[in-house]
This record gives sequence, structure tokens and C-alpha cells, in this order.
Amino acid sequence: MRRLLFKSFVQGLLTEPAPAIDDAALAELAARVNQASHKRLGRALSIREVDAGSCNGCELEIHALGNVLYDLERFGLRFVASPRHADVLLVTGPVTVNMREALERTYLATPDPKWVIAAGDCARDGGVFAGSHACVGGVSRVLPVDLHIRGCPPSPVVLLKGLLALLESVAA
Amino acid sequence: MASLNWPRSIVRREDWERAAVRLQAGELSLFGLWGEPRHAHMAVMERETNACTVLSVACDGNRFPSVGRLHPPAIRPERAIRDLVGLEPEGLPDTRAWLRHDGSYQFLPAQGESLHQIPVGPVHAGIIEPGHFRFTANGETIVRLEERLGYTHKGVDSLMVGASTERAAALAGRISGDSTVAFSLTFAQALEAALEIEIPPRAVWLRALLAELERLANHFGDIGAICNDAAFAILHAQFGLLREQVLRTADACFGHRLMMDRVVPGGLLCDLPGDGERRLRTLIAQVRKDLPDLIEVYDNTASLKDRTVGTGILSPALARQFAAGGFIGRASGRNFDARRTPGYAPYDRLKFEVPVVQAGDVNARVWIRIREIEQSLALVEQILTQLPSGSFRTPVAIKVETGVREGVALVEGFRGDILAWIRVGPEERIERAHLRDPSWFQWPLLEAAVEGNIVADFPLCNKSFNCSYSGHDL
Repeated sequence: MRRLLFKSFVQGLLTEPAPAIDDAALAELAARVNQASHKRLGRALSIREVDAGSCNGCELEIHALGNVLYDLERFGLRFVASPRHADVLLVTGPVTVNMREALERTYLATPDPKWVIAAGDCARDGGVFAGSHACVGGVSRVLPVDLHIRGCPPSPVVLLKGLLALLESVAA
Repeated sequence: MASLNWPRSIVRREDWERAAVRLQAGELSLFGLWGEPRHAHMAVMERETNACTVLSVACDGNRFPSVGRLHPPAIRPERAIRDLVGLEPEGLPDTRAWLRHDGSYQFLPAQGESLHQIPVGPVHAGIIEPGHFRFTANGETIVRLEERLGYTHKGVDSLMVGASTERAAALAGRISGDSTVAFSLTFAQALEAALEIEIPPRAVWLRALLAELERLANHFGDIGAICNDAAFAILHAQFGLLREQVLRTADACFGHRLMMDRVVPGGLLCDLPGDGERRLRTLIAQVRKDLPDLIEVYDNTASLKDRTVGTGILSPALARQFAAGGFIGRASGRNFDARRTPGYAPYDRLKFEVPVVQAGDVNARVWIRIREIEQSLALVEQILTQLPSGSFRTPVAIKVETGVREGVALVEGFRGDILAWIRVGPEERIERAHLRDPSWFQWPLLEAAVEGNIVADFPLCNKSFNCSYSGHDL
């Protein structure tokens, strides 16, 4: 243990510089973010992740945002355990019929002001599962979506660019 | 080399029932049970000889004799068949809907003094997949856990019907995102067995390379997450870093961090690039350098071992009865690995050990993963050394018009053995396909393993199992 701690100490910080903010995401958000809410939140956002039937690929990459190289929390962004503590719902998956009600209830449990991000191609339009009898197909069919992040799955850098754009728009 | 196919026989009801009796007696292991309109199918393996077969029974009046009546591992698959195909397993002890969620759901009652229920999910506290756990507890102690799954049911089996091989392969790669390589590989092998396609040797070896990288990434992630659930953050950070390094190397070599859609019918989407071998050898060297210190910390931190040793014990008898695959089975004495039995290329030409222990607790499942990481590191090196040259892909087409073809494959993913059964019709359209995730026979065992543990240890038990929701829910 001592050796590991010493090694961590001498090797210095592994965390990488922040990526540039995604312009397309900024443009999408500009139309949606309410000016009135800016001052209320400062530069911190709490995120509740909701898997609405994804294959788990998106969750793996969202998880990676917390590793030492991306270190999401340095930006004031953190994942919280309850929608009641959240400002943002980060939703993945093609919204299965079986998850629809849980997603709606999670949204209703989230206090205003709140934003919804649809992460991944399934959350955008159902992805490869579009047209299935078991999927609603796309988060925007169930909730108002403020930002779409593309990818199958979106990489941590792509996710981070989108989240930073939201932070920028909200805290501008 | 073409994959070995499993024979399928259409049996009479009596023979189907006899197979159920033999499953109950432990002479056969159940590898899958699924349906289509008018037929039910099951894949079984003889315990003694390891002979694999698929049995099919015609369902007159949409009914067939329940296997779950005698062999509990078949109950959830039969509930799914009722939901998805509308066939009625006669004598099925539990006829509640499973994957189709409509109306209210009656959890089974637990009786006794001072019991209370704790409902958890489908939206969990962490960044994980959705499912519902209904705990009945006495104080802190879990008396009973009942799982309710199906929240991520996407209708994969029905989307497969009529799909082109390309579309079906894309679906297969998204049944469980953490096992995308293993699922794509299982699908491709089953399709190639059906169409009798021989893929180039280089593709066979590269596929194994991708599969071992996927195993490494997931095992790193799992060990870190288990330590995190014991509130031991430093190993979570360190193992998370190792996982990230594997994913970045995969991205640099194959253009996708999870290597999604890289294994395709006929071979691979792309070849290993010129600097690929150097990158992979650098990765292996780095991991070999960092890993021993981490294992030492895991093994010598009393507060951490206090949480994992003796927690969530799965008995070898249950692991055997359910034919539990992967680290769950191997941590509870079940010596099975699909790379060995029935086995597939190129593993017949690679040296590796299959670690097995008897303890069956969280600690055992951590140690199996550690040993498998060591094996996978050695396998990647062997593959790089022996990698044949030549092409990495061959066209997929039926050589002669032979009508309907079928194929079966069993592949060892990081979580255990994945079964694929495919029937291909004219113009290489999928007529029917079923892919069975290892979690089908692991989820029920979690209910047994947590009994008598404290509620606070459930995340630890659950993470050490790490069953797939999406893979199970299809």
C-alpha cells in the first residue's frame, strides 16, 4: 500500500486538460436554456443518469468520465443518487416500453429548473432498436430534450464536450 | 476454419420430457431454452461426454411440457417464452409475466416475524442498468431477495426476424454493450457454421485478440467497482486507469473503444494496423508492471478483505445445477470454459489455464478475475507472436442454393458462455435467431447468494456477480 501511495505521489497528476466545448451543442442549447435560471445554479450541476433501456455501452463510457483521466468532478459536475438532488437528467437507451413510466416519474421527481440530455444514438431516435414493438424510440418522444449527444456509444471526450457546453450555457 | 455445428433433432414429447428428467438428475446441463411459433428449443450438454445438442419439440395447440417443472433454471426462460412467443409450458410452476410488463406484479410473499420490505429500482442510485430488487429483511439481514427484470427488454428476437446479416450483426453487437465483441463473435460463428463459411486464419486469431482485450477491460472495471463498493477508492481509481488504458489501446488499434461492430460475419471490419503490435505489447508491459502492486494491496488490506471474504457465498451445488458460466461458476467449483469445452479456434493452439476455486464468495470471484487477467495477458502475447498473415475477411454468401440453414455457437465472453442459434433463409435473411446471455443462469443465483447477508453488502455481492440486465432482457 505504501509503495502504491508513494508512486501515486511522485508520478504527479494524471488528469488530462479539458477538451474544447462542442459548438454544435452550444448552438442547440442556446435556444433552450432559460436565462432566468443562470444565476441560481452558479457553475455546478448535479446529474442523475437514467438508463432507459440501453445496451450498457453508454453507461460504461459515462462511468469512464469519473476515472482519473477525465475527472468530471473538477468541472463542478457530479452524479447524484436521486433525481430529487439533480439539475440534469442524462438519459440513455431507446426508451423501452417497460422503462417509460420510470423515466417519466424520474423526470417529475426532478426539481425545476432542469435539463434533459439524451446521450447516445438510441436515445436520439431509437438507434438500431428503432421500430421495435418494445421501444418507444428516442427520449424526445417522452420528455423535452435540451441536448443530444451522438455516438454509439459517445466516447468520454464527446460526453464531456456536451456536458461542458451545458455548463457554459447555464452558467453564462 | 469453419466452426463446428451442433446437431439439432426434432424430438417427441416423451423425449423432451425425458431430457427434463435428465436435467433434473444432473446428467445434462442446460445451455439455453427458447421458442418460436409452433416449436420450443433447448440446448443441452452431456455432463459426462460434453456432447452438445439442440432438441426441438413441436407445440401442438401451442403447448409443450415444461422443463422448469423439474429443473428450476428453466423457469425464467419459459416465462419469457410465454411472453414473447405465446407458447404455454405445461406445468410451469411460475406463470407470472417476465419480460412483458403489463399491469401489477405480485412478488412472492415472505412470512415471519419482524420482516420488512425494501423496494429498490428500476432506477438505481449508481450509473447502472435498470432492474428491480425486492428485499425482505429482518433488521439488517436479508431474508429473501426477489429480482424483477425485463426493464431493458428491446424486442431483439423479433427485430432479428427478416433482418439482413449486416443488420442482425449490428443488433447482436448491442445485446450487451460490455460484451459487444463476444456477442458479435458468437453471432458470426453461428452464421458461419450455418453457411459453412471458412474465414481466413488471421481473422480467427485477431478475433481472439479482441475477445481477450474485452475480457481484460471488463475484469479491470469489475475489480475496481467491487473495491469501490467496499469504499476502497484507491483501487477503484487504479483499476479504472488500467481499464481506460485498454480501451484507448483498442481505440488506437481498431477505431472503437469498446470494439463494437469490429467482429463481422466473414472475419473482421479492419486489420490490426502497422503499429498495432507495438501498442499492444506496450499495454501488456504496462499492465504487468502495475498489476502486482494492486493485487498486493487488495490481498493485504484487512478492512477490504473483511468485506469480501465470506460474503455472498454461492454453493457449488447451485452453480452446477444452473450451469453457471464465467467467474461465477468457476469461483464455486464449476470447471467450465467454452474456450475449452466445446472449444473453438484458435484456443486449441494457445496455452492457458482455467482457474477454479471452491469458496464461492465475493473474494473468490475477485480472485478468479485476477487469475483470468493474468491468463488473458499471456494469451494476447501468444496471439501477437503467432498471428498468421493474410487477409482478415472473406465475403459472406451462400455458395450453393441449399435453402434454409442453421448454426449454433458457444463463445466464452468475460461473463461466461454466450449461446447463439440462427436460422438463415433465402438471400441470407435471418429467419430466426436467439442469443442467450450467461446472465440467464446467473441472476437467479444472486438471490441465493445474498440470503443471510446484510443489506449493506448487497452492492458488493451484486457487483461481484455483475450480471447483464440488457443481455438478459433482450
